[in-house]
Amino acid sequence: MLKYLLAKEEDIPQGSAAIFFGVSSICWFIIGTGLGSFNASKLAFPDFFHNVYWLQFGHMRQVHVHAVIFGWIAMAFAMSMLYITPALGNTKLWSEKLAVWNCLLYNVGLCLALALLWSGMTSGREYSDHIWPIDLYIAFVMVVPWSLNVWMTILNRRTQGIYTTNWFFAASMFMLIIIFLIGNLPEFFHLTGLNEAYMTWWFAHNVLGLLITPVAAAITYYIVPKVTGNPLYSHRVGHLHFWAIVVFYSTPAAHHLMSSPLPEWLKSFASVEGVLILVPAIAYICNIMLTMQGKWTMFVTNIELKFALTGVFLAIPLNMQGGFQQTRAINWYIHGTGWIVAHAHLALLGFSTFAEASAVYYGMQVLLRRKLYSYSLANFHFFMLLIGFSLYWISMTIAGLIQGAAKIYEVPYLDVVIAEHPYMIVRWLGGTMVFLGNITWLWNMYMTARVGTVVPVGRLPHELAYER
Amino acid sequence: MAFREYKIGCIMFGIALSTSMFVTIFLPGLDISRIGSTEEALKKQLTYGWESAFNYYDPFLLGKDKPIKVVLTKDPETGKPIDKTEAYVFTAGTHFPDGLTHDNIMGTKQLALSKSKGLLAQATEKRGGVFLVDVDVTTGVPYVEFATATKGWQVAATLKAADVRIHAGSGKTMFIREGCWWCHTLLPEETQDWQSFGRPPVTGDFNGESPTSFGSDRKGPDLLHVGSRNSSREWMTMHFFNPRLVQPHSIMPRFNYLWGKADINGKVIDRQKWDRDFMAYARGDTPYPPAVPIPARNSEARYIIDFVLNLK
Ligand code: HEC
Ligand code: HEM
Ligand code: HEM
Repeated sequence: MLKYLLAKEEDIPQGSAAIFFGVSSICWFIIGTGLGSFNASKLAFPDFFHNVYWLQFGHMRQVHVHAVIFGWIAMAFAMSMLYITPALGNTKLWSEKLAVWNCLLYNVGLCLALALLWSGMTSGREYSDHIWPIDLYIAFVMVVPWSLNVWMTILNRRTQGIYTTNWFFAASMFMLIIIFLIGNLPEFFHLTGLNEAYMTWWFAHNVLGLLITPVAAAITYYIVPKVTGNPLYSHRVGHLHFWAIVVFYSTPAAHHLMSSPLPEWLKSFASVEGVLILVPAIAYICNIMLTMQGKWTMFVTNIELKFALTGVFLAIPLNMQGGFQQTRAINWYIHGTGWIVAHAHLALLGFSTFAEASAVYYGMQVLLRRKLYSYSLANFHFFMLLIGFSLYWISMTIAGLIQGAAKIYEVPYLDVVIAEHPYMIVRWLGGTMVFLGNITWLWNMYMTARVGTVVPVGRLPHELAYER
Repeated sequence: MAFREYKIGCIMFGIALSTSMFVTIFLPGLDISRIGSTEEALKKQLTYGWESAFNYYDPFLLGKDKPIKVVLTKDPETGKPIDKTEAYVFTAGTHFPDGLTHDNIMGTKQLALSKSKGLLAQATEKRGGVFLVDVDVTTGVPYVEFATATKGWQVAATLKAADVRIHAGSGKTMFIREGCWWCHTLLPEETQDWQSFGRPPVTGDFNGESPTSFGSDRKGPDLLHVGSRNSSREWMTMHFFNPRLVQPHSIMPRFNYLWGKADINGKVIDRQKWDRDFMAYARGDTPYPPAVPIPARNSEARYIIDFVLNLK
């Protein structure tokens, strides 16, 4: 990678930056889930490693969250954008050199950001935990160059229209920058009180809703038609999805603070808009499902589709859960319990991780021009993720319901802690499966790069048969 | 421009996004900022100071740049006995919370009273001073009194006359840094928490506080009123050193490293030995657990315990 930093633009092979981003994302996935699994062990057995002070839960939790969100999710997004955008525009990336630098500075910035968080330097605001100098670094050094590449590649496209995936990419990057700068206003200008609390959740909600959700969806809009060979079922429904996301997903931030003394109109408004998020969700899921017409066998026989569609399937319970849990009738029961943690992992470890994993699997094969080394290993990885995640989700949901019941019956808190103990252990085991599965993934990718069958010119990796 | 065909789309996108931000940021911002500080908010701000998370004056979150809350039973100026009074001491240079420096955060009525009765206009960060929170008897409006001007209470004399010094401001910094808010909320819910965790806060209760750190997931009890449920300093000291000492099933981490090197008597704390003794007790080999060292006066453990006990 380093040798490309100073190379001339023409000398850098196309796709280098995407490969770097892909490899980094897999490494961060392993690091992030490893940290998650370690945290889970601390919640099950608090005296595990208690003498190592810098491994405290309170310091490590946000490191896990940011390692997976900025390391795995965002870098897998960057990788996908850097190879999908040019492919859809029938052109090459605007600036490969900028992208290579971007990848380097992204990794450096992330290491720095996590180290500072780990040492306890935090802004004390969930999801915007980074201190403001790091926020500025993220916005201008990590995100702006990446966005420029996406936008300029779309502008330089050699196709007439812009495909659905690319609208989402372009718009999400724009929204991400806006959200980052506006959502962090409390830190830049020292806003205080409820305004600060509300802006914190405005930021958190919109990062999830205007970056992670649409980009993960956009990835499946690319992978599913590409691999099946079916055209996207409906461009119109894609439009509906896009506009409904922009309008409905950018508004319900207050549903994260339903039990706080925010103005009542704001909470009611957020609650209604939150239910309306079901519009883009249903549009999206139907669109993908209908695109699969006649090709459902590929769900079993093809690893990219297996991941992508599992992601889409998981989006169904995710959005049902989301839409209902934020109405007042239900939120008071499950707010602040393990249920929310389960929901968060259904969103990020379920829906979006599966969608991204499909893009990274596919992208690495396309970019390296090599067929996947082992289908069996990939299947193993898939099931480790799926079973691990399911254990996590089920155990935390049950723990959340117990906590909710304890809230109404005013059970002493210690009894709740005791009741949750078995579920904490199951969560730890499930999370560890995810972590171990990811290690096999890295191995599989390494072997693909080393000994995978070369894909002949003019063919695509999914057209070749698996060998192992 | 190759977005040309998408001109209408781009304009619509801009309109949609700005309308959304207008409705979800600007309007709520107006609505929230309209509400003045409650008594609770004034007290909180004077306890916690300007900022409890990362900031220029305390980048490593060590609990610097914080006021000290004191409890007085005699007048620091004259030495005469007075009713038990809580005062907030800002040593010279300590930054004021936003409520003292931004009129709309304090609220119109509160500000008018603070200026007329409390002589607030005379307070400067450079010189520091002593503050009180009062409530106007006739209108019930809370206001801030600058006791250095109204009563002549000086910083040094007040600290000297104090019965107790409460480092709750520095403690809040510890609360943020140590991630207590990942497991504890500071927000009893309006629906069902009254009985177990006490009164939920109202809109004006947060004015000027930063960060508010409500917390979103609970793995332990809500802490907003924990000091009224359990005001035992001994219990808290043991609980922070090792929660399993008082609550065998607790999953709260140990915070014994906040004690620093030595205890209040300057005796070096040997955590390894403490652990061995504790394990012997846990196995049933010894009848009593090892004693928990009392935290030194300026230790981080002292700060966090002060903070928790101050959450009334
Ligand atoms: C891993 C999660 C976790 C973290 C981090 C944590 N706690 Fe706790 N805390 C608990 C649990 C669980 C309980 C209930 C059992 C008990 O009393 O130990 C508890 C109980 C308490 C209590 C007693 C509450 C009561 O109602 O009696 C206090 C006070 C407290 N914690 C303060 C803190 C402070 C201050 C910090 C940060 C320095 C902190 N906790 C960090 C989980 C946590
Ligand atoms: C119909 C769609 C959805 C709705 C209405 C919804 C609603 C909510 C609500 C109300 C909460 C907060 C609950 C509480 O604390 O009381 C929440 C939490 C969360 N949601 Fe969703 N959700 C939806 C879909 C999604 C999607 C698609 C994602 C991400 C891709 C997501 C990610 C999260 C995360 C990470 C949290 C945890 C936040 C925290 O740390 O507290 N959700 N959701
Ligand atoms: C890519 C995958 C993952 C993503 C994106 C992810 C994301 C997150 C997020 C957003 C939170 C905050 C949740 C909230 O506040 O509601 C969180 C918390 C947590 N995660 Fe993960 N996570 C992932 C994988 C894992 C794995 C494999 C484990 C291992 C068990 C794990 C363990 C935890 C733990 C223990 C917490 C703290 C939860 C709590 O406060 O109760 N995560 N994670």
